Amino acid sequence: MSTQARAEARSPIEEPGASYQRKRTTRGNFELYSWVFMRASGVVLVLLIFGHLFVNLVAGEGIKAVDFGFVAGKWASPFWQIWDLLMLWLAMIHGTNGVRTIINDYAERDGTRLVLKLALYTAFVVVVVLGTLVIFTFDPCPPNSPANLLPSFCTA
Amino acid sequence: MTATLDQATGAQEGSALGVVPSFDVTLRVRRFTPETHGEEAYWQEYTVTAHGTDRLLDALHKIKWELDGSVTFRRSCAHGVCGSDAMRINGRNRLACKTLLKDLNPDKPITVEPIKGLPVIKDLVVDMEPFFASYREIMPFLITTGNEPTKERLQSAEQRERFDDTTKCILCAACTSSCPVFWTDGQYFGPAAIVNAHRFIFDSRDEGATQRLEILNDKEGVWRCRTTFNCTEACPRGIEVTKAIQEVKRAMIRRAF
Repeated sequence: MSTQARAEARSPIEEPGASYQRKRTTRGNFELYSWVFMRASGVVLVLLIFGHLFVNLVAGEGIKAVDFGFVAGKWASPFWQIWDLLMLWLAMIHGTNGVRTIINDYAERDGTRLVLKLALYTAFVVVVVLGTLVIFTFDPCPPNSPANLLPSFCTA
Repeated sequence: MTATLDQATGAQEGSALGVVPSFDVTLRVRRFTPETHGEEAYWQEYTVTAHGTDRLLDALHKIKWELDGSVTFRRSCAHGVCGSDAMRINGRNRLACKTLLKDLNPDKPITVEPIKGLPVIKDLVVDMEPFFASYREIMPFLITTGNEPTKERLQSAEQRERFDDTTKCILCAACTSSCPVFWTDGQYFGPAAIVNAHRFIFDSRDEGATQRLEILNDKEGVWRCRTTFNCTEACPRGIEVTKAIQEVKRAMIRRAF
């Protein structure tokens, strides 16, 4: 049994009380704020995501309307830019924080924790930076592009 | 003829009145005896005859006293007050002295293991020091300021009721060693330490609440609780442990905002 083996590994009979001392304190408000953030962002995300699903899939022509042009149209308005930006950031911070918690709970060695968290934060930065860039710089008809790669409405 | 009849009725009366039914029960004990069996823990089965009124502790006594004196476990008062004999019985943390064998389905072998997450010293005996270290950290004593009153520190029945539940803790470690977060690396304060902090934080006579909240506002403090309710389920005193932890969290949030 692995837990038993771990308990034994941590209990050198020769030097009792040596290897399983509690580490020094790690006090601070970080975990408090992260705990509150998870609850608050969760509520906001429910509204944002269901609003997003309704507007994209139900309202108007429904799911048939979703195409390249539909997304371009939405991102032409600052309202939807902010909406999607909020959704991206909140979801990414919420999800990353959740996975960080899971890593803390399940990784037993500090080395494993470090590697997993580095991978997690790298993924976070890549997705958030690229996503933000796309939301604000999205141009459905970039100039000087071959016409066959552009959507039909660009020529209009 | 008469004698046989008498014997038969006598036996019938005997089973109906006074005689407790007895049955054989098998205990699978998780053993760790480095001095004779090396560093690997192993299972050993013992079968003893027990009565319907016997607790698991009585069966362990019978094993130690009559079958195998090397089986090692802690017990002191044997009546659910001292908190010495917490162990993992059929996968659940219980006090051996408060668990009746007849409630454990004696038809199948009953597994008995040391509580998880604390270093095993021998058989069912674990090193409780990490558990008590986090208990000491929350300062489990009355903290006051100003002059000593000339009489008792008065408290209303309602004020006493506020923290009544958490005064029941006997420090058996059943809750802390049932917590999956504690199992990971043993750095989490654990439910027992938070319960005992709760006992003082919500005591109207105590003035150390701020210090205690600061101590538990730690990366390894109350925020590692995932509300899995293992602790509440394990507590032999019926303390609502998870609820107490949530109340400490709420007090911290009130203080921060």
